[in-house]
Amino acid sequence: MGQFLQMVFPLDLITLPFMFHALLSGTVVAILSGLVGFFVILRGSSFVAHVLPKAGFAGAAGAVLLDINPLVGLVVFALGGALSIGMLGKRGRHDVVTALTLVVALGTGALFLTLNEHYATGAYALLFGQLVGVSLSQVLDTVVLGLVCVLILGVLYRPLLFASIMRDSAEARGISSRKLEMAFLIVVGLATAVTVPVVGALLSFSLMIGPAATARYLTRRPGTSLVCSVAIAILTIWAALVLGYDTSWPIGFFVSSISALLYGVVRVGASLQQRRVAGKTDAHVHPLDGVVGQK
Amino acid sequence: MQVEHVLELNDIVVQFGQRTVLDHIDVAIEAGEFVGLIGPNGAGKTTLLRVILGLLSPNHGEVRVDGKSVRKRNRAIGYVPQKIHLDPDTPLRGRDLVGLGLDGHRFGVPLPSRKRRARIDEVLEAVDALRFADAPVGRLSGGEQQRLLIAQALLTDPKILLLDEPLSNLDIRSAHEVVRLVGRLGKERGIAVILVAHDMNPLLGHMDKVLYLAEGHAAMGEVDAVIQSEVLSRLYGYEVEVLRVRGRVLVVGGRDEEADVVDLLGGFHCGDHEDVMNS
Amino acid sequence: MTTVLHYVFAPGLLQSEEVLHAFLVGILVAVISGVVGVFVVLRGQSFVGHVLTDIGAAGASGSFLVGVNAWYGFISFGILAGAGVEWLGDRARNRDVATGIILSFAMGLGSLFLYFDTRFTSNASAPMMVLFGSMFVLNPGVIPIVTFTGLAALVVLLLIYRPLLVCSVNPEIAKTRGIPVRLVGILFMILLAIAIEDGSLVVGSLLSTALIIGPPATAIRLTSRIGLASVLSAGIGVVATGLGILLAYDSYLWPPVHRGWPVSFFIAVLVLVFYLLSRLWPERRYAQGAGSARREEVA
Repeated sequence: MGQFLQMVFPLDLITLPFMFHALLSGTVVAILSGLVGFFVILRGSSFVAHVLPKAGFAGAAGAVLLDINPLVGLVVFALGGALSIGMLGKRGRHDVVTALTLVVALGTGALFLTLNEHYATGAYALLFGQLVGVSLSQVLDTVVLGLVCVLILGVLYRPLLFASIMRDSAEARGISSRKLEMAFLIVVGLATAVTVPVVGALLSFSLMIGPAATARYLTRRPGTSLVCSVAIAILTIWAALVLGYDTSWPIGFFVSSISALLYGVVRVGASLQQRRVAGKTDAHVHPLDGVVGQK
Repeated sequence: MQVEHVLELNDIVVQFGQRTVLDHIDVAIEAGEFVGLIGPNGAGKTTLLRVILGLLSPNHGEVRVDGKSVRKRNRAIGYVPQKIHLDPDTPLRGRDLVGLGLDGHRFGVPLPSRKRRARIDEVLEAVDALRFADAPVGRLSGGEQQRLLIAQALLTDPKILLLDEPLSNLDIRSAHEVVRLVGRLGKERGIAVILVAHDMNPLLGHMDKVLYLAEGHAAMGEVDAVIQSEVLSRLYGYEVEVLRVRGRVLVVGGRDEEADVVDLLGGFHCGDHEDVMNS
Repeated sequence: MTTVLHYVFAPGLLQSEEVLHAFLVGILVAVISGVVGVFVVLRGQSFVGHVLTDIGAAGASGSFLVGVNAWYGFISFGILAGAGVEWLGDRARNRDVATGIILSFAMGLGSLFLYFDTRFTSNASAPMMVLFGSMFVLNPGVIPIVTFTGLAALVVLLLIYRPLLVCSVNPEIAKTRGIPVRLVGILFMILLAIAIEDGSLVVGSLLSTALIIGPPATAIRLTSRIGLASVLSAGIGVVATGLGILLAYDSYLWPPVHRGWPVSFFIAVLVLVFYLLSRLWPERRYAQGAGSARREEVA
């Protein structure tokens, strides 16, 4: 037993500085993803959350071509993508515009990669992420940018919740849902820029969607749901890091399969419980009555 | 004696491009009055609503709410939207939804306080929604959701309660309950109620006045005075007939080759879909 | 005049077998995507439409590993995922989440496969192939199977055209008429998966997304008649593809490096330009009405 534990959790996990950095930046990214993901799910914007990281990758490819820091390209394309989706989309419907933004961003990315004489290592690193191997200064960048996002979300929390749930009422109260939507898209863009270098363009999306979607089945309160979402995201990334270290398989694989697994288990559990409860009592009862106590 | 009007619309004109959606509308509503805003689809009900809410500025005319010119973020108007679109799994309880009406427009994160809670409980009780206040909103029935929305609108102590088609998604019993509830709240609290509907029948016997809208023209007054063939024909601009069958009112129009029931069927227009299918 | 023509239609354009193949395959994919895509846009399923390309790509990276033709990887993952989304996502918002979760899981698997691909096989360019796809290095062996399945999907789509239309515009009415809405939804998802995976294989996932959403979205803004929109959308797709290939061929002569700009770039940009131009067109009532009808049902 002890041996097994040693195998799964070797001491180097904490003593190696790069693993420590990885855990630290992974945690920051998880907190951010959990928070942003809550609103992404609430607003049904998964598509946007999926598209912006890919657009960011294209931007990074462009930056490599111009011989500047790939992060700059990542930020420019992620934010540019967010802005164009917001500006071209109409009253909450923007899936077509999102798809076209993705297509053009990736097309441009393909162009950048073709024009580049060399293999664009800097860009490809962003595709799968580099959780292991981040320097302390990169960790600090992540922390600062992450804090900015969290602060913006904190300020926008109430109006964003209001407008996401009842757009018309919010507008009647003087909330500009359009401006709010822009602000939210920019936050998603910024969060993308923070998470992509760590978990990769392909799977930063998993960390945003999975935990937040799972948290919905655990509670009926928005605040608690946010906290659950963050907690699940943190656990997911820690587990992924440990497993990734053990197997040296890509961390993104573990992130996505752990979050899909959790979602599946919780959803099946909720529907079983709902069926049982619905058999006995009236329809208002939440599947978790009795599990999560009344306040 | 000069009567205080809580809502005055003076000569409102709204045009979208070439089309005149509202054509010189004058309305005056007193405190505590229950007004049914009735009209077929496309009559301009939603436009009028947006004008009253200050979300749309008219091309001409003026809106005065409680004696003051209308502006956005008007706490004097409690707005009840038609419906909320929520997934059953959305983590949001009834009281959270109502709470958004209190401080949803403010920045920052809500802090729990006894005062806030008491205020929310008070309106929940007023609409008889306490028993499902802790259930997830997405799992409630249409009538229950409607009560929560009304509670939310009451939080700001409005002078006017504006309900946008609250009955369109409800079964007949829930519809009657909602109408009775709104009528009672209006009388008890002296709130003017404007309830938008395409079918006036559930409101008969409850509303004090009817504001009938058709083809951008409006007529307002007691039900029996307005719901007359000649009054409505003038609004529609073509011959319509008012039929009274077993205490129900039907407005039947005959502009096209076939007579069609303008009012009773309300929003259900099969025609639109037929067009698509035959194309 | 001839010099201009020479410049546009570079000499040797139509003599090159590769370019000819590209034209044929591109047009085929554009037509199928154009017709299927009209329903994708009408049903508000752009997200799923795009997601299927990524999921197929994950399957394809798995197929490199096993050593079978990538088509099997694409098609099996695509159909599984399409049915999964339809099954898990019974309601609109739920569909968004279900799509996201399935996508995320598939991409996770895909990244594992890619990792193994690059480690255990010599397929170092697998990530590129999967992410963008490329039309000019097409394996001609897959053309017959792609053509056959694509055309079969198109025929089935025409067979279920009317019920599908009713279901897409107003599921409530469809139900009252006894149309099995759920079944039609799943069937459409399978057709969509076939169209998209075929496209992903031969023109790449990027272009498959572009063609399934761009031209239909453009066409729907231009006409309110769905039959016409399907034809128009196929036409726009063909024009964009043809022009894109032409430009890509020409671009071998362009600076800064004389090795050609990617076709995907040209087609993606052309598709966007067409869509933006159509946005200048005054809005049609039907397209709007369908949208709002859909939205109401969805909630």
